[in-house]
Amino acid sequence: MEKTNEEYRMTRIGVVTEQRPETRVAATPATVKQLIALGYDVVVEAGAGARSAFPDDAYVAAGAELVDGTAAFASDLVLKVNAPSEAEIAQLTPGATLIALLAPAFKPELLEALATRGVTALAMDAVPRISRAQSMDVLSSMANIAGYRAVVEAAHEFGRFFTGQVTAAGKVPPAKVLVAGAGVAGLAAIGAASSLGAIVRATDPRPEVADQVKSIGGEYLKVEVEVEQSTDGYAKATSEDYDRRAAEIYSEQAADVDIIITTALIPGRAAPRLITAADVASMKSGSVIVDMAAGMGGNVEGSVAGERIVTPNGVVILGYTDLASRLPTQASQLYGTNVVNLVKLLTPAKDGELVLDFDDVVQRSVTVARDGAVTWPPPPVQVSAAPAAAASASGATDAAAAPEPKRPMSPVKRVVLVAIGIAALFLVNAIAPPPLPQHFTVLVLAVVVGFYVIGKVAHALHTPLMSVTNAISGIIIVGAMVQITSEVLVVQVIATVAVLLASINIFGGFAVTRRMLAMFARGAADNAKTGAESG
Amino acid sequence: MADLVTAADLVNTAEATTLLTPASIAGAAYIVAALLFIMSLAGLSRHDTAKAGVGYGIAGMTIALVATVYATFADAWGSPQATTGLILLVVAVLVGGAIGLWRARVVAMTGMPELIALLHSFVGLAAVLVGWNGALEVTGMSGALLDIHHAEVFIGVFIGGVTFTGSIVAFLKLSARMSSAPLMLPGKNVLNLGALVAFVALTVWYVITPELWLLVVVTALALALGWHLVASIGGGDMPVVISMLNSYSGWAAAAAGFLLNNDLLIVTGALVGSSGAYLSYIMCKAMNRSFISVIAGGFGIAAPTSSSDGEEAGEIREVTAADAAELLRDAGSVIITPGYGMAVAQAQYPVAELTSRLRERGVDVRFGIHPVAGRLPGHMNVLLAEAKVPYDIVEEMDEINDDFAKTSVVLVIGANDTVNPSAAEDPGSPIAGMPVLRVWEASNVIVFKRSMSAGYAGVANPLFHRDNAQMLFGDAKARVEDILRAL
Repeated sequence: MEKTNEEYRMTRIGVVTEQRPETRVAATPATVKQLIALGYDVVVEAGAGARSAFPDDAYVAAGAELVDGTAAFASDLVLKVNAPSEAEIAQLTPGATLIALLAPAFKPELLEALATRGVTALAMDAVPRISRAQSMDVLSSMANIAGYRAVVEAAHEFGRFFTGQVTAAGKVPPAKVLVAGAGVAGLAAIGAASSLGAIVRATDPRPEVADQVKSIGGEYLKVEVEVEQSTDGYAKATSEDYDRRAAEIYSEQAADVDIIITTALIPGRAAPRLITAADVASMKSGSVIVDMAAGMGGNVEGSVAGERIVTPNGVVILGYTDLASRLPTQASQLYGTNVVNLVKLLTPAKDGELVLDFDDVVQRSVTVARDGAVTWPPPPVQVSAAPAAAASASGATDAAAAPEPKRPMSPVKRVVLVAIGIAALFLVNAIAPPPLPQHFTVLVLAVVVGFYVIGKVAHALHTPLMSVTNAISGIIIVGAMVQITSEVLVVQVIATVAVLLASINIFGGFAVTRRMLAMFARGAADNAKTGAESG
Repeated sequence: MADLVTAADLVNTAEATTLLTPASIAGAAYIVAALLFIMSLAGLSRHDTAKAGVGYGIAGMTIALVATVYATFADAWGSPQATTGLILLVVAVLVGGAIGLWRARVVAMTGMPELIALLHSFVGLAAVLVGWNGALEVTGMSGALLDIHHAEVFIGVFIGGVTFTGSIVAFLKLSARMSSAPLMLPGKNVLNLGALVAFVALTVWYVITPELWLLVVVTALALALGWHLVASIGGGDMPVVISMLNSYSGWAAAAAGFLLNNDLLIVTGALVGSSGAYLSYIMCKAMNRSFISVIAGGFGIAAPTSSSDGEEAGEIREVTAADAAELLRDAGSVIITPGYGMAVAQAQYPVAELTSRLRERGVDVRFGIHPVAGRLPGHMNVLLAEAKVPYDIVEEMDEINDDFAKTSVVLVIGANDTVNPSAAEDPGSPIAGMPVLRVWEASNVIVFKRSMSAGYAGVANPLFHRDNAQMLFGDAKARVEDILRAL
C-alpha cells in the first residue's frame, strides 16, 4: 500500500544508522547516487554516515533526503550493515525488504523474527560464491579490508620496523610474517605486510593458491599431502596426515617469525586450531599474533574474541572481530557498492521497482525470509569454478584427441619436396629455348630478394607496404605501353584501357602511401624531450 | 670455354654496331628501376626509412616509364600508329593518374581496405588485357617459341583474371555490398581443383590449336575461379586475402613480363608476388591457420557453438560510461585493444582524444594490436596514426602480451575473436591455438560492443562473462565520447 503513496511514487530506500559500536554505514553518498540512478528515492537517517566520515551534507548533495530513524526504518527497502535488533525489527514495515548481514546459519531466531514480521530479508553474507555474484560478495570485500587492517594492527603492536634497513645507527633486520590461510583476507594481509617491507610466508591447504601468494610478494609454504577437491570454493577440513605435517610447519615457523596472522575459517564449523599454546610459548617476546578467526573459536590457542591478550612470554594476541569496522570509510564504501550491485540485480528494468526472481540462484540464495516464511537454507549451489575445471579438463583430453595435432613436415619429406622443385626448375631451364632460361633466372632471384626484403617489416607498416607494392605492381603499365603502338586498332584500344587502369594504380597507390606515412608520428613526449634538449 | 667465346663475341658485335640503342638504354633503365623498387620495399619495412622508400618507388616507376616510352616510340617513330599511340598513352595516363590521385586524396582511412582491394583488381584486369593483346597481336614467332608464347598468354590471362574477380569480391565484401560470410558451395575444393585442371588442359589445347574461343573460355574460367576463391573466404580472413591478392597481382605482372619478354615486369612482379605471399604467410601464422587452407578458401567454416561453454553462458556485467571513466581515471596503466569495430564506428578520433587526456593525467596508455585486427594488415595502425596517436605507444601482440597481467584497465574496442580466451584455453574451440591478446589477465576489462553477437569466426567469447570483464554496449564512438565527457 505504501507504494501508492502520493509523495513517494517510486520505491523508497532507507539508510539507517547502525547501533554502536558499529562504525560502518550501508550506503555512502557515492552509492546513494547509484541507487537514485536505478530509479529509487533514497532517504538517509541523519548522522548515519558520521562514524564513517560521510557527513549528512554529502548525502543531501548526492540526492538523498535526510529523515529521522523512524522514517528511515519505515522505507520499502531498508539498507543496514548489521542484523537488526528486536526493537529495530519492530520498526520495519510489514511487506518491506531488508538488506543486511544476517548470518543466517547462526541466527535462526532472527530469521524467524523477520519472517514473523512479514519482512523480506536478504542476507548480504549469503551471496553464493559464484563468479557472477562476486560483485556482491560482501564477505570477500570485508575480508580484504580485515586482512589489511590485521597487518596494521600488528604493526601497531609490534615494536620494530617491518622493513629491513641499514642505518648509521646500525642494521635493522626485516620482520618475518606468517599468514595462515591465503583466502581473500590472507592475500590482503600478505600484500599489506610485504608492501611494508616484511618477509612474508603463507600457508594454505589449497596448493593452487601458490601463484597468487607469490604474485603479491609472499612465499608459499607447501604442505605435501593429498587434498580433496572442494566444490564450494572454501577449503575443506583436511586429512590427518595433512594436519600433522601442517602442525609441524606452524611449530617451526612460530619459533622463527615475529608476526602471525591467521585467517583460517571453515564454513559452518568452528575455526581450526592452527597455533597451539606451545607454539605461542616458543615465540620471541614482543611478537604479535592476530587471530582473525577469534570470533569463530580462534585459530590460536589462548586468543579471546574482541580482546588484546598478552601472554607471559610477552607475545601479544589480538582477537579483534571488528577489523573491517576499524576501517569504516573504506568498509562502508565497499559494502555499499556490494549492496548497490545486489539492488541492481533486483532492479532489472532500472525503474525503481524491486523484483525478486527465485529462479535466479543468487537471488534465491540471499533471500532468507519471504512472505512470512523462513527460506533459509537455499537449495545447494555448485560453485562454477571447481566443476568447470574438472569438466574442461576432461573436455581437454577429448578435444586434444579429436583434431590431429599439426606436425611439422618430416625432414625426409621436406628434402624430397625441395629436390623435386629444384629438378623441375632445372628441367624447365634445360629444355626451354633461349629467352626463357634468362627470364627464369631473373624471376627466381627476384622472388628470393622479395622474400628477404620483406622479412623484417614492422607490423604497423603492413598497410603502407601493401599499398606501395600495389603501386609498384602497376608496372604492368609497361606491358600495355609496349603494345599501344601496335598496328592493330583493337590492340591499341585495349592497351589504352590497360594503361589507364594501371595508371590509376600507380598514382593512387603512391599517393595514398604518402598520405598514410605522413600520419605516422612519434610520440609528442619524445618530441618535447628532444626539443628540451636542443633548447 | 665455348661460352666465354660467345660472350666475348656478343660484346664485340654490340660494340661494332652502336653503343646506345633505345633497347639498351631501356634495359639499363630497367635495372636501375628494379633496384629502386627493391630499395623501396626495403625502406618500407621501417618507420624511419618508410618515406624514403616511397621516394625510391616513385623514382623507379618514373625511370621505368620514361625509358619504356622512349624505347617504344623511338622504334616506331614516324608511323601513324605511333602518333595515335602516343596521344592515347598521354590521355590514358593523365586520366588514370587523375582518378588515382583523386581517390587517394578522398579515401577515408577506414575505407583503405576497399581501396586497396579495388586497386588490385585494376592490376588484374590490366594483366588480362595485356594477355589478350598478346594473343591478338601478330608476333612473327614460330615453332617452340610460338608455343611458349601461347602458353604465356594463357598463364597471364588466367592469373590476371583470378586477381581481377578475386579483388572485386574482396572489395564488395569489405564495403559490405556483399555478405562477408563465406560462400559454402558443395565440394568447393573439387571446384577449385577442377578449375586448375581445366586450365592446364585448355592451355595444352590452345598451344596445339590457338583458337580465340579457347581464350574466351579460359578468361571466363579464371574470372569464375577468382570469384569463387574469395567468396568462400570469410570476412575475418580478409587481411590474408588482401595480401594474397597483392601477391597475385605481382604474379600477373610477372607473367606479362614473360609474355612480352620484359625483364622489368618479371623482376617487379616477382618482388611483389613473393613479398605479398610472405606477408600472407606471416599473417596466417599469426592466426594459426594453414596458409594453404586460407588460400583455398578452407577456413571460414561456421563454427559450431562450443559445447563446453555451459558455464560461460553466465551473466554479463554492464558498466556505464561514467563508471568506466571513473575506472580509467584511477587506473595506473591502460591498454587499448582495438578491432574492426573501431574502424566501423570511426571511433579512432575519440579514442585518440581519450588517450591524450589520460596521458596528460599521467596514466600509462598503450595500444595492443593483434596482427589480424581489422580487415587489412596493419589496418589499426593506420587508423590510429590518422588520429595522431604516437606510434611508439602502439605495440604488437608479442610485445605487449606479457604486460596485461600488470595492467589496471584494458579497453577492448570493437575486437572480439582477437581477445577470445577460448583460443588459448579451450582446445575444443574452432579458434583454438590462435594467438590472442590475453586481455583477461588485466585487473579490469571494459568491452565496447554493439550487441552480444559473436565475432567473425562465429565463436562465443567467454571473455564477456569473466568476473573482471564489464560490457559497455552501444556505438563505440558514442560511448568513447561519453567517457570523454565524464572525464
